[in-house]
Amino acid sequence: MTTPVTETAPSPAAPKLPPSLAANPVLSSWIRFAPDGQVIVSPGKVEIGQGIVTALAQIAADELDVDIARVQMVRTTTAGSPNEGVTSGSLSVQHSGRAIRYACAEIRQIFLAAAADRLGVATEVLAISDGTISGPGNVSTSYWELADDIELDRHATPGAVPKLSTQRTLAGNSVQRIDLPDKVFGRPRFIHDTVLPGMLHGRVLRSELSAATLTALKEDGARGVAGLVAIVRDGSFAGVVSETEAGAEAALLALRKDAAWSPGEALPDEDHLADWLKAQPAESTVISSKTAPQPGEKKRTMRRQYSRPYIAHASIAPSCAMAQWTGDRVRVWTHSQGVYLLRSDLSVVLKLPLDHITVEHMEGAGCYGHNAADDVALDAVLLAKAAGGRPVRVLWSRADEMSHAPFGAAMRVEIEADLDARGEIVDWRHSIWSNGHTARPGRADQPALLAGTELAKPFPRMISTNPPQAGGGGGDRNSVPLYDFPSWRIESHRLLTMPVRTSALRTLGAQGNVFAIESFLDELAAEQNEDPVAFRLRHLTDSRAQDVIRSAARRANWKPAPRDGVGYGLGFARYKNTGAYCAVVAEIEGAEDISVRRLTIAVDVGEAINPDGVINQIEGGAIQATSWVLKERVRFDNSRITSNSWSEYPILRFSEVPEVEIEIMARPDMEPVGAGEAAHGPVTAAIANAVFDALGVRVPTLPITRDNLIAAMELTS
Amino acid sequence: MPTIRFRLNGADTDVDADPDSSLLSILRGQLGMTGPHFGCGANECGACNVMIDDHAVASCDTPLWSVADKDVTTIEGLGSAQAPHPLQRAFIAEQALQCGYCVSGILMSAAALLKRNPNPTNMDVRAALDRNLCRCGSHNRMVRAVLRAAAEMQTR
Repeated sequence: MTTPVTETAPSPAAPKLPPSLAANPVLSSWIRFAPDGQVIVSPGKVEIGQGIVTALAQIAADELDVDIARVQMVRTTTAGSPNEGVTSGSLSVQHSGRAIRYACAEIRQIFLAAAADRLGVATEVLAISDGTISGPGNVSTSYWELADDIELDRHATPGAVPKLSTQRTLAGNSVQRIDLPDKVFGRPRFIHDTVLPGMLHGRVLRSELSAATLTALKEDGARGVAGLVAIVRDGSFAGVVSETEAGAEAALLALRKDAAWSPGEALPDEDHLADWLKAQPAESTVISSKTAPQPGEKKRTMRRQYSRPYIAHASIAPSCAMAQWTGDRVRVWTHSQGVYLLRSDLSVVLKLPLDHITVEHMEGAGCYGHNAADDVALDAVLLAKAAGGRPVRVLWSRADEMSHAPFGAAMRVEIEADLDARGEIVDWRHSIWSNGHTARPGRADQPALLAGTELAKPFPRMISTNPPQAGGGGGDRNSVPLYDFPSWRIESHRLLTMPVRTSALRTLGAQGNVFAIESFLDELAAEQNEDPVAFRLRHLTDSRAQDVIRSAARRANWKPAPRDGVGYGLGFARYKNTGAYCAVVAEIEGAEDISVRRLTIAVDVGEAINPDGVINQIEGGAIQATSWVLKERVRFDNSRITSNSWSEYPILRFSEVPEVEIEIMARPDMEPVGAGEAAHGPVTAAIANAVFDALGVRVPTLPITRDNLIAAMELTS
Repeated sequence: MPTIRFRLNGADTDVDADPDSSLLSILRGQLGMTGPHFGCGANECGACNVMIDDHAVASCDTPLWSVADKDVTTIEGLGSAQAPHPLQRAFIAEQALQCGYCVSGILMSAAALLKRNPNPTNMDVRAALDRNLCRCGSHNRMVRAVLRAAAEMQTR
């Protein structure tokens, strides 16, 4: 990460397929032509509210020259979709988008050649318009006429050449999301709204106590509830199946009344979380180090410590799944981000071969990482065993969603900078203490699913790990500065204990690291009486980085004259150091509480396939990050998560949402990258820096609540 | 079981159920209206909002007996693809959502607002939607969409 990544330099070596296409090379697994004039597109990435299905439809329609209304997007299923792993990391456009673009480019050529044969003309004189292939003298055919004679059950070959950006008519233009009308008219589209024939309802009993074991369960009360079909118990896993949803709720209530639990696992002291993080056994890794050829002369060292709390996904819908057994085969409907990965974990828990399990995706509420979607799928599979072949739908409670789903990991970051006599940075040291940021299913030989840890023969709770730096890292994500400091050492300490369950939450460690780096830089600039924009530009050589900072600053009229209680701050990052560039200017008002009035953002995502979709993602990310910064903190006492309702875990409300203004840099010839996670780190830092500008206080502990503000003021004075 | 009678999306409806059942469970269960969504069950998120007479109400903690003889409107009754409500048209025009799970409740809160205040300000809209939670960050688009719908309804 110490050198800028080159963008488009074509490899002189033999052409290669995009990775997703290489892994799933059969063309028909991506694209098929239906006899009724439609194009069937099967991506391996799933819709999680980010609009990916629309962007992928645009890419296919563009490359094939068909109207986007002809494109039918197929829900991902292990029964035939390409295996693209997990929909995460802002990679769907890179992975699925490139695969579809190249597959379509090749298919287009195949059909053009066949059309040339059939029409007796040269390929070069043919044109395609909405799927009709025509040539001189009014001769024409179409994809659909030719489809019967063309075998797409063949492997993609490297070397297909997609259209130039200037030849595309859809990509680069905002098109309406194809999933919106269902949602606006209240038509069933979510898994939650799906009713299968003969469907039963299940609920799972879980203790509020963290990792408690079920020591006694009296079933009499629940047995008396009308509609009860079964009570299921396997170790500490217990649940009910009922003919009706209300019956399942009532039976669960009765079961809960008569359940006894052992004391669970002790949780850390919430008020000294940063100290606790540093005191745990950890696996330490040097993420990056760099030595100056001619070391500068250190005159003094500045040290700062930053922290963020555990953060909940807090999806607006509790997690939901359905499962149905037929003999020793099971079919699962899920809003998991990775159907193949979930299938792997189910296979381990159930001791069933993979081909006995079919996992299909259905849309859930917005998903910001690894929440309880996968957990509830196993719950449904276990309860459905007692349903006599009928499908069982399981829905988690709000309280379970807020307390038993994995959280984004708390972080402690320490940064030291050695400064020379002029205050210039001569060495930079960044250390992170945090649980791992991922414990996703399907990646280890033990399952990551909650119920797996509750069975009579339990699997151990998976301790979260971090993806490798090559994949963007985890706790260390965005810890390597994009700034060209002469020397640095970046260390990550991944905790080996995990009393609070953590896994992937939007941006993994990037939010915490960018908050730390950008807060510290802001302080260094202030120490030198240097403008924070100028200070950053001076330490950057990457022109795309400089451009977003300049654009955000220009758009925000940097720097507006100070007014009482109002402050302005800047934050910048390139997500994962390889993804989208994003710079943010925050305007805040500091009174008893901090309110964020405006966020001015410039973003470079390379080619923006659906610019309005990019804006929607950046804006949504910015508002969610504002919520994290001002409000969010998972609360717990020594035995249970206490922030298990919206009143205990408040998020930003309509009246508190800032104005957000976004500029997308025009880069139609750059590789497209995702937008969903680009804004969180820069927004966090921009708000913190604006708080300093307004009030003269650096708040190093997130969230920036009244309490943390007062604590920081007391430290300062 | 007693029969509770009310008007659902304009149609007389009889329900035989425990009168203490939540309206949401009856709508989604017996009546098959899955537009109102379960989010929390505690009147804290607004995903299940419906209109009772002209007021936006969380249906998850509204007992069935309390809607006897009243008008209940769900998202399904607000408009359809063939005859959309101006709010629905505006939400599509502004692409005013990401995941959309909260949107049916938000549309009902907005519809109730426009009934009592056909010409709301930006702040009026935010105040009316303040009890509705959106996790994806589509708030500003939704506010724009509500203002757009209000403007359209004014000029009709």
